[in-house]
Amino acid sequence: MTTFLGMPTAPRGVGHLRGDDPFPVAARRALGDSQLRRNLGKATSTIRAKRARVVSELPDWEELRSAGQAIKAATMRDLGRYLVQLEAAVQDRGGVVHWARDANEANAIVTRLTQAAGATEVVKVKSMATDEIGLNDALADAGIAAYETDLAELIVQLGHDRPSHILVPAIHRNRAEIRQIFLREMADADPALTDEPRALAEAARLHLRRKFMSATVGVSGANFAVAETGTLCVVESEGNGRMCLTLPQTLITVMGIEKVIPTWADLGVFLQLLPRSSTGERMNPYTSMWTGVTPGDGPQSVHLILLDNGRTAALADPAGRDALHCIRCSACLNVCPVYERTGGHAYGSVYPGPIGAVLSPQLTGIEDNPTLPYASSLCGACYDACPVKINIPELLVHLRARHVAESSRAGRVPSGEAIAMAAASWVMADPRRFRTAQRAGRAGRVISKGGKISALPPPLAGWTKARDAPEPPAQTFRQWWASRERS
Amino acid sequence: MTARDEVLARIKAASATDVPAHAGKAEAGYRERGSRTGSDLMGLLAERLVDYRAQVRRTTAAGLEQEVSAALSERGARTIVVPPGLDLALPDGVDVTMDDGALGPAELDRFDGVVTRAALAIAETGTIILDGSAGQGRRAISLMPDYHLCIVDAGQVVELVPEAVALLATSAHRALTWISGPSATSDIELERVEGVHGPRTLEVIISMGSALLPCRGGPRER
Repeated sequence: MTTFLGMPTAPRGVGHLRGDDPFPVAARRALGDSQLRRNLGKATSTIRAKRARVVSELPDWEELRSAGQAIKAATMRDLGRYLVQLEAAVQDRGGVVHWARDANEANAIVTRLTQAAGATEVVKVKSMATDEIGLNDALADAGIAAYETDLAELIVQLGHDRPSHILVPAIHRNRAEIRQIFLREMADADPALTDEPRALAEAARLHLRRKFMSATVGVSGANFAVAETGTLCVVESEGNGRMCLTLPQTLITVMGIEKVIPTWADLGVFLQLLPRSSTGERMNPYTSMWTGVTPGDGPQSVHLILLDNGRTAALADPAGRDALHCIRCSACLNVCPVYERTGGHAYGSVYPGPIGAVLSPQLTGIEDNPTLPYASSLCGACYDACPVKINIPELLVHLRARHVAESSRAGRVPSGEAIAMAAASWVMADPRRFRTAQRAGRAGRVISKGGKISALPPPLAGWTKARDAPEPPAQTFRQWWASRERS
Repeated sequence: MTARDEVLARIKAASATDVPAHAGKAEAGYRERGSRTGSDLMGLLAERLVDYRAQVRRTTAAGLEQEVSAALSERGARTIVVPPGLDLALPDGVDVTMDDGALGPAELDRFDGVVTRAALAIAETGTIILDGSAGQGRRAISLMPDYHLCIVDAGQVVELVPEAVALLATSAHRALTWISGPSATSDIELERVEGVHGPRTLEVIISMGSALLPCRGGPRER
């Protein structure tokens, strides 16, 4: 698959960027699950309140957002230079740097390094990049067991489930469900285990402690990588990250190329933006930073894999590349009225919510995620919450336009929505056409029930497949305006 | 073509040219210097540490050893691991092991606690930072034991995150650990639970260094 300037997108058949069903189908299914909606509503409202409280504490929050945006834009401008600088700095300190064009290549490198270390299991720090490339599946195919050590990722892994949130992958599960999963899947779980979060966290601690002490290979992602110094940075809460980054002899970090930041001082901006936007804390409990190998401390074999997997395809679109500024805080998910109701699984990709709707289609090519740019009401809450000021609504509209253009170029029949959007722009461009259309629209009153139209006739049926249309008013605004002028 | 050459070629073809280059120095107007000093600054640090469930003690340089002794005895910690260079006399009756770099994780796990110093602390976020130098030790020793007693000198406290980042620039190549309260998770219904894999109890002693600065008992009221 190629798109802008022939840039390859993330390959099919590997990783988790594409769902089995289009968004409207998956969303309709999710909306039927009232337990899911209760879990999500409770979790997102809790975290929204926490975030609002700690953001309001800072008098310079808007300045920090602007700084974050400017740093990210400048990084994308000179991305190649910063990556080469990062590579040299890591190598200077005894680290080994690998480059991966795509998911398959990254998976193969991790597999080879693990085998070279003589290991048959790895312990993992929660990482979006390794979820994205389906690393656990690839390792399993090579006979290597990957153990997720973040509590939520553990819940997802033991539940044979998929993550549904960037920060809290098991946000769709409540305590009772988690207790059931632990009792079923953990051989060492106490049958008297209660569903108190404290008891469940303790069960996870005991379950993983032996793993941490015996594992020889750790696998992580990176929140930031400083080009100037070669320093990698992982933020976390539980200490599982510190365990994986400190105890094994070999450490392998898989990082999307967009995670590089130019200077050490830039950390002073992002280490304020990320925790407050993400967990709603002034600072997350643990942040680890390491630069290549630290003699006498932690892993003595340190690897960094720089992953493209469709990122250069996003970079090539001048109107779309801002999606690469994302620091994976998940604030946009928590404020999104669509995400709050459908949950993360409906988006099909490991990147759900508003940012996922603009990132996933660019990584895969829009034809593989054609419904995601429409999975939004364009209300703009995500833009306001974004710590690096990504204009997600604008990106969504841009990707909708790209979808229509690419579909018609390829001779494919676009969705009813895409046709409707194109038709609307033709109609609205001319006052006479618009007037005629409005008059025709009033005919809709005939088929409405209770002020709503649930199913429009073809060719407009596509529109109402995913939403109700309001009953048209008896009089259009233009008619009302004209009558007002006459009187 | 290697993967490296190919990815770099893609980036070259794709990159933006119409945005400003990195400013080098932040000129975005966010706070780079705090305004608090002395007991005001220490009070903020103590308040923020307590808010994230760390335990806080405050003392003077002269009273430090006595305060450490009191903390260990209240905790009931009898076997303690310490890093080289701690430079502190621990009380009689406590079994102290100096880390020689050879203790494995299982051995470290058996200690009741660890006592370290810190490199820096950030008051606004209630964060202590270890950089692995003398008195702080390698990362594993402050990770495996269930109780971490950390001594922060008043002179090491800054107010803001960018101040700490600037001071750490010369030690960026060290393994750094930023700690804000004991380990915690909010993964179950967003309810915060303290104590998962890292030390479940974090206790911080703020030592006022010279006796010039006034010392108050508890955390400052909001």
